[in-house]
Amino acid sequence: MKFGVVIFPGSNCDEDMIYTLASTMGQEVVRLWHKENDLQGCDCIVLPGGFSYGDYLRSGAIARFSPIMTEVIEHANEGGYVFGVCNGFQVLCESGLLPGALLHNNNQQFICKNIYLRSATSKTLLTATIDPLDVLKIPIAHGEGRYYADQATLDKIQERDQVLFRYCDESGEINREANPNGSLENIAGICNEKRNVFGMMPHPERASDSALGNLDGKKLFESLLELQTA
Amino acid sequence: MLCTFASVKKELKINMPTTLEENLATLEIAQTLGLLEEEFEQIKKILDRTPNFTEISIFSVMWSEHCCYKNSIKWLKTLPREGEKMLVGAGEENAGLVDVGEGRACCFKIESHNHPSAIEPYQGAATGVGGINRDIFTMGARPIAQLNSLRFGDITRERTKWHIKGVVKGIGDYGNAFGIPVVGGEVFFDKCYNTNPLVNAMSVGMMEAGDIISAIAEGPGNLVYIVGSSTGKDGIHGATFASGDITEESASDLPSVQVGDPFQEKLLMEATQELLGISGLVGMQDMGAAGITCSTLEMSDKGECGMKIYLDKVPTRQTDMKPYEILLSESQERMLVVVERGSEEEIIAVFEKWDLNCVEIGEVTDTKRVEYYMNGELVADVPAWDLVLGGGAPVYDREQKEPAYVAEASNFSIDSVTEPADLKAVADFMLQHQNIASKRWVIEQYDSMVGTANMGTNAESDAAVVNLKDSDTALLLSTDCNSRYVKADPRVGGMIAVTEGARNVTCSGGKPLAITNCLNFGNPYNPEVYWQFVGAVTGMGEACRKFDTPVTGGNVSFYNQTSIGGTEEAVHPTPVIGMLGLLESKSDRLLLEFNDIGDKIYLLGPSKNDISSSEYLYSYHGVENSPVPYFDLDEDYNTQQTLAKLNQNKLIQSAHDVADGGLYITLLESCFANEVGFEISTDATIRKDAFLFGESQGRIVVSVKAENESKFIESLGETDTPFALLGSVTKRDIKIDDVNFGTIIDLKNKYNTALGNLLA
Repeated sequence: MKFGVVIFPGSNCDEDMIYTLASTMGQEVVRLWHKENDLQGCDCIVLPGGFSYGDYLRSGAIARFSPIMTEVIEHANEGGYVFGVCNGFQVLCESGLLPGALLHNNNQQFICKNIYLRSATSKTLLTATIDPLDVLKIPIAHGEGRYYADQATLDKIQERDQVLFRYCDESGEINREANPNGSLENIAGICNEKRNVFGMMPHPERASDSALGNLDGKKLFESLLELQTA
Repeated sequence: MLCTFASVKKELKINMPTTLEENLATLEIAQTLGLLEEEFEQIKKILDRTPNFTEISIFSVMWSEHCCYKNSIKWLKTLPREGEKMLVGAGEENAGLVDVGEGRACCFKIESHNHPSAIEPYQGAATGVGGINRDIFTMGARPIAQLNSLRFGDITRERTKWHIKGVVKGIGDYGNAFGIPVVGGEVFFDKCYNTNPLVNAMSVGMMEAGDIISAIAEGPGNLVYIVGSSTGKDGIHGATFASGDITEESASDLPSVQVGDPFQEKLLMEATQELLGISGLVGMQDMGAAGITCSTLEMSDKGECGMKIYLDKVPTRQTDMKPYEILLSESQERMLVVVERGSEEEIIAVFEKWDLNCVEIGEVTDTKRVEYYMNGELVADVPAWDLVLGGGAPVYDREQKEPAYVAEASNFSIDSVTEPADLKAVADFMLQHQNIASKRWVIEQYDSMVGTANMGTNAESDAAVVNLKDSDTALLLSTDCNSRYVKADPRVGGMIAVTEGARNVTCSGGKPLAITNCLNFGNPYNPEVYWQFVGAVTGMGEACRKFDTPVTGGNVSFYNQTSIGGTEEAVHPTPVIGMLGLLESKSDRLLLEFNDIGDKIYLLGPSKNDISSSEYLYSYHGVENSPVPYFDLDEDYNTQQTLAKLNQNKLIQSAHDVADGGLYITLLESCFANEVGFEISTDATIRKDAFLFGESQGRIVVSVKAENESKFIESLGETDTPFALLGSVTKRDIKIDDVNFGTIIDLKNKYNTALGNLLA
């Protein structure tokens, strides 16, 4: 699979994502600068974490107007894969490719720590090979990660099985205590209706290197690649 | 008293000069700006005329403690600054550079931002983070890790809560957006920091050994550019502000505090990385203290050349900025770049790519003077050498006097303190004390994982461990200083700060390489403070020589004290050591956690009947004045060598040094990760409270597999290192001499939540 990692000037997880995709997963990866208009024939576009344009207004609010995002939106509308992590998820919501929004954490603080989550559906490329009972330890690092949508949208998302991940505790229990930021329904990640655009707040690329002693995030990339090559 | 420029202007009714001859400075003005009478006389001699207001402003900032270290440099020069791994000497560039093998170099430095943080915690701390990272990436290194060392006042005071919440959010918001992980640090509370918290930030970067960008201007005719943010009126006279006592009126100095923009910083860093391959780049320097003034003068002096600078070309935020305002502004996220004439297109293109200002503001000359013009008029003309550290800036030695408390402390005896009957209650008190309990309330507000190199996230060692990808090596980093020890005995306390850093590295399986330091002290004109300063520097030097860890650079912050009602109270002398070590092979790494039930627990180093200057004595018994804890430099060094040898022979499972809170806390910390317990017996020859909570130095707790025990003991027998069997790792209960101190889950919960509860 050919990956394109979009680099906004304030992206800061871009190199981590590239390292994971290229060095750990052995995939072809190109860097897509925000001022460019060409996706270079990539199969999957990745929007990495960071602070796209400084994000002083609202996370991801300005990124959606960049030249590269016009191309990314078209790619998604044509059924191409798009995967946003953290700030990338915020940009996808701001640009309308995913429903809902990401608000300030309910404790009003930035939170960086390992959390636990479980896959909520097997019917996407990103989660197909992940056992829904498997508890994954993957870190979060965000100030605005509280998933929110109005009731009608939320109902629709759940009816159509668009929730990818839910926060849980170490034993797999999905409860209030395990919800780090106040997200509705413990939602940690979602996909679009056509199931080709994925967004999640936790950082799987931070749990994909054996040197760091945690490979739970790598399972997502394995899932993303396994079905594609099958 | 310290004044802001605005108030000087108002009080003295100065009209700003527009030529050299206008509005000449008077002694009164010079003194108001913090200069001494003899310094004013010297300035007149240097210029061979009376300086105008703009020029006296330049001298006042360049000759402030903050820029020229006039009261400290004499003693700093006694520190060991040579070593085979040093790639640039201390003070030669913005930060130290150390060879870490495989053609790579590590660039690291620690710096204070105490005074701004005292009056505006959020921006003060944020811009401290920005400044230190700029020092690192301006040299061509890419920052890969940050640490910080924070000191706050009495935790029950509202002002302290305001300080810590603002500082932590400031460090977090800036560093998180900039995208460099915070991998380690310290947080400590003591009422001596009530008004004047200490905010020390350290940045660590990596580069190819040959890639260094020097802070030099060379080649008459070459062009001088200012890049990054526009220049505003913020931070004017920040350097002078940092060189005076914090007073009750300090809030009126708010304009001296700068405002940070991490997004600009990120752009500057990325652009700088792209400049590395361009041959037309001559030199570059960050604009920190004293802004354009300091960078133009220091770069000129380093290259033994001069500059003509056209201040009207500098992009400004306000339209009516005066020459002195442009010169002294400490607006953040700016750098001075010297470019070979003819290469400018290539360099401008890089900054355009990153949407950054890049404006030509002058040229290099051969005059060794820096001439500043405004709208065609020469407004200041000063010689570079006379103004800079290492050149003609003044150097002073100050009077020293041993404070009375030192003699009083020597009378202290452990026998004057009654041993509490209920040591379990003491243990619970200690575990939840703000200086002992988990700092996760702080740490979780920092992005500690961006860069995917923090090997401490899922497995802790005493030092922070930063993976060097595509190499078998890793960096080991630590910041340390117990200021109560330094207060009790500056020389020994200074040594302990160094050896604790080294011990953290050794206990992580690596070798100490070099240090950076941030020396936070009170007013150097106070002989007792100066005595503390000289003692601490002397002790640090001795320990650095013993461990062969040269001092690569750092920062001095004086005037950390408060004048209230006419009396001056200095903070504890706080020389923070930033230690760099190398893990030569990842398979050598040691963790601090106990692994398996049944593993034997041993103590390396001597047990002493000593509670001096411990958190236990200070906080539980309220005894604030006692001697420094037991310490022996040679013995500490030898114990660390022994540990390294045991690790090489794979005879130990874990290592954790005994630090604040004593042996009990050390043992508990080793239990948390795997939620195991321990069972130990105390030493009948030592008071039980001293055994559990004393802080005598040079001790390390290790765990050993039963099958390795005889080899372990045999190996220790070949050394002089004292050691003792404490007990073994158990399933979940904490048992000391058969008394149950609680279950690990319960104690871990208390340890993890205490600080958050205290700050709520």
